[in-house]
Amino acid sequence: MSPTTQHATERYLAEFQTFERDHPASMWLAGVRRRAIERFASLGFPTVRDEEWKYTDVTPVANLAVTPIFRANLNGDAARISGNLPFGDIAGHRLTFVNGHYSPELSHLETLPAGVTVSSLAAAFENQNEVVQEHFGKILDAENESFAALNTAFAQDGAFVQIPSNLQLETPLHLLFLTHGEGAPVSHPRNLVLAGDNSSVTLIETYASTGEGVYFTNAITEVIAGKNARVEHIKNQMESPKAFHIATLQIAASRDSWVRSHTVNFGGRIVRNNATAVMGDEGGEVTLNGLVVGKDAQHIDNHTTMDHAMPHCLSHEHYAHVLDDQSNGVFNGKIFVRLDAQKTDAKQSNRTLLLSRDAQINAKPQLEIFADDVKCTHGATIGQLDEDALFYLRARGIPEIAARNILIRAFANEVLDGIPVEDLRQKLEAMLLTRLS
Amino acid sequence: MSTETQTIEALATQEYSAGFVTDIESETLPRGLSEEIVRTISAKKDEPQWLLEWRLKAYRHWLTMEEPHWLNAHYPHLNYQDIIYYSAPKPKEKLASLDEVDPKLLETYNKLGISIDEQKILANVAVDLVFDSVSVTTTFKAKLNEMGIIFCSFSEAVREHGDLVKQYLGSVVPYSDNYFATLNSAVFSDGSFVYIPKGVRCPMELSTYFRINTQDSGQFERTLIIADDDAYVSYLEGCTAPKFDTNQLHAAVVELVALERAQIKYSTVQNWYPGDKEGVGGIYNFVTKRGAARGESSKISWTQVETGSAITWKYPSVLMIGDNSIGEFYSVAVTNNAQKADTGTKMIHLGKNTRSTIVSKGISAGQGHNSYRGLVKVMKGAENARNFSQCDSLLIGNRCGAHTFPYIEVRNPSAKVEHEASTSKVGEDQIFYCNARGIGTEDAVSMIVNGFCKEVFRELPMEFAVEAQKLLGISLEGSVG
Repeated sequence: MSPTTQHATERYLAEFQTFERDHPASMWLAGVRRRAIERFASLGFPTVRDEEWKYTDVTPVANLAVTPIFRANLNGDAARISGNLPFGDIAGHRLTFVNGHYSPELSHLETLPAGVTVSSLAAAFENQNEVVQEHFGKILDAENESFAALNTAFAQDGAFVQIPSNLQLETPLHLLFLTHGEGAPVSHPRNLVLAGDNSSVTLIETYASTGEGVYFTNAITEVIAGKNARVEHIKNQMESPKAFHIATLQIAASRDSWVRSHTVNFGGRIVRNNATAVMGDEGGEVTLNGLVVGKDAQHIDNHTTMDHAMPHCLSHEHYAHVLDDQSNGVFNGKIFVRLDAQKTDAKQSNRTLLLSRDAQINAKPQLEIFADDVKCTHGATIGQLDEDALFYLRARGIPEIAARNILIRAFANEVLDGIPVEDLRQKLEAMLLTRLS
Repeated sequence: MSTETQTIEALATQEYSAGFVTDIESETLPRGLSEEIVRTISAKKDEPQWLLEWRLKAYRHWLTMEEPHWLNAHYPHLNYQDIIYYSAPKPKEKLASLDEVDPKLLETYNKLGISIDEQKILANVAVDLVFDSVSVTTTFKAKLNEMGIIFCSFSEAVREHGDLVKQYLGSVVPYSDNYFATLNSAVFSDGSFVYIPKGVRCPMELSTYFRINTQDSGQFERTLIIADDDAYVSYLEGCTAPKFDTNQLHAAVVELVALERAQIKYSTVQNWYPGDKEGVGGIYNFVTKRGAARGESSKISWTQVETGSAITWKYPSVLMIGDNSIGEFYSVAVTNNAQKADTGTKMIHLGKNTRSTIVSKGISAGQGHNSYRGLVKVMKGAENARNFSQCDSLLIGNRCGAHTFPYIEVRNPSAKVEHEASTSKVGEDQIFYCNARGIGTEDAVSMIVNGFCKEVFRELPMEFAVEAQKLLGISLEGSVG
């Protein structure tokens, strides 16, 4: 444990005491939380000496004097906020969480097909939902990941989504996480998504704030895809430019299931996304795509793991980084092919555009292969805009800035083009253009 | 399939052919490491005070360090008090020519196929033989001397070219660099020293052959090669060891310095004893190799064929300091049975317009695990740096593993860095294609594997390329089925 964050660890431990006293939970939940805080106590915050955190120093995150907020509190700003929700006009259901707590007044739920559960996790905890108890934290490694342990210890609310077998939920489901208020609020949103056999669902997660302040979001989303299920997942990370955002996406793909996730990172000061997909049965197919558009002093770190635990699974991965100013990008893409996971087909690519002298990228595409009859490739490129392409455009009378934007847009669109919700995709593209200008 | 299986079984049991022990009288220091041992080694070699001080500085620093275990393989904590740090064939007289070398020693090298006489005439290769801890003989000395080239054992260099050694020793790999390099700095016994003067192109390949003979001895040699302005040298290194059922440590340090427009080409064929099929015995090959391309337009090229050792753990690296300097790394690493290799390179771009190329071919068979670990780092001032890396893995059998851990760190937007990696197996369809044309399975696999490694083999000097192909055949035979 690092001495520089030792104090921070102790502060969280002390805070847990208050939290546990003031928010009594069921025996089951209290046990889960207690176990998690014990793990966190012994793990502490990671340091740059940990291989997985080599390029991301979380000392500022750990040392931020956060204000724990245990209920959604809009201080009468609801009306102002509700008219101005990020991606608020996307068609479909919306669950809004303020500082990690469900806010019915900012949410919008249309009639759901019978058997579909979309609720706050707090309510599910309250009702001692057996399905939640069965799956909560089961696919996650809260034993060895300190932020996952921390989230679990303070797990209070988030979304609980259950799609029954053989049901196709047509309209997308939007989970919006807003941070509101001063004094460095901290939230630990926790989402559990269960897609039954032969079901399909489209899930959008957005992380944003109502102001420009400093705060810390430590989120976890667990997605369990049943047999032959189809899950589309989009995460918009639009946090304030001063915010710290650490998130884990954990995917369990069953037999013949199909899961695709897009992560778009425009916001945040220090950002770390962990995305892990375990293909636990044959025929699974997982796609993890990501876009990072870094400006100013942003530090955006994407760690992905494709775990081919069983034979005959496919994985695809494409991450694009556009880094300007003093921004700092980190990409770590692991592909594991377990013993006897034959006929695996895994592809990964990672491309970076460095637009400024002070921008930097640290990339580590990694293969660990324990089976022989597999096809695994990864490729990484780092460079500037193609001089020839720029020249071509300028020779046709397009001014330099416009030409650069065309090329950057094309580069970023390799990721954005895959986003299945059309009105969201258009909005993201527009945001990209504003961000570039 | 049954006849095939039989051939395979026959071949799988093939012995390590360099595994014999030469019964030769040797002078061996007692086991263990202490300041006393460091002083004794230094005294035995008649070293100047500054070198003893340097060794002691390293030894004291080493005491503060911890044995590293981050590699992708397991080795037990080594007992450094159980290693023999100095073992030398008993000297008869000072050697002036080959005729005076102990015939038993020459026999050893003959058995290994390193006939000094023969090579002298045919291959035009100057050879320095290192047996356990000391350099036995160096051929072709007179001819090289005429051109001002210094090629001698490290001890001799310390005696006769002390200033050069003092100037460059530790300038690329400082004594405090890492655990094993620091240990080496304290106890290194001998090795080779090469200096190519300004404007000289070394007319022949320089070669060192390393041999561990004594059980429980470690080999800690140190190689220092300096190519002065506009000089060129191609250097080869070969290694073998007898079969012992204990693990022996080989912790060498190689430092290369290329000055203005100089070029150094360093080739290694490493065939230390890999241990038996269950993984008992074998060499721990924990080596630090680094070159500094200091001069403008200088070039350092590493080529390695790693077929031996129980564990190979090394990253031959290039610091591209001069503008327009070039670093290259070509590697074939083969792991069969219980062998593990964690190898790769570090390419550090500091100068402008620096270029580096990495081609790494890993072949895993049996329960072997092959890891490529590499760093490409483009520093802020390295305008227009260019890197291309390619790491391919070939898997033979379903109990082996191939891993790649490439680190890419770019601090300059004008850099162009490309990295590609792929993993594949020897395809049944490829073998079928060859079989259908009357090529037997073993030959087909050998063809495919050789084709896979071709990009690296063609970087090797001719004699070495032939040896490397043969070695590859022996290492992999029996692994196909």
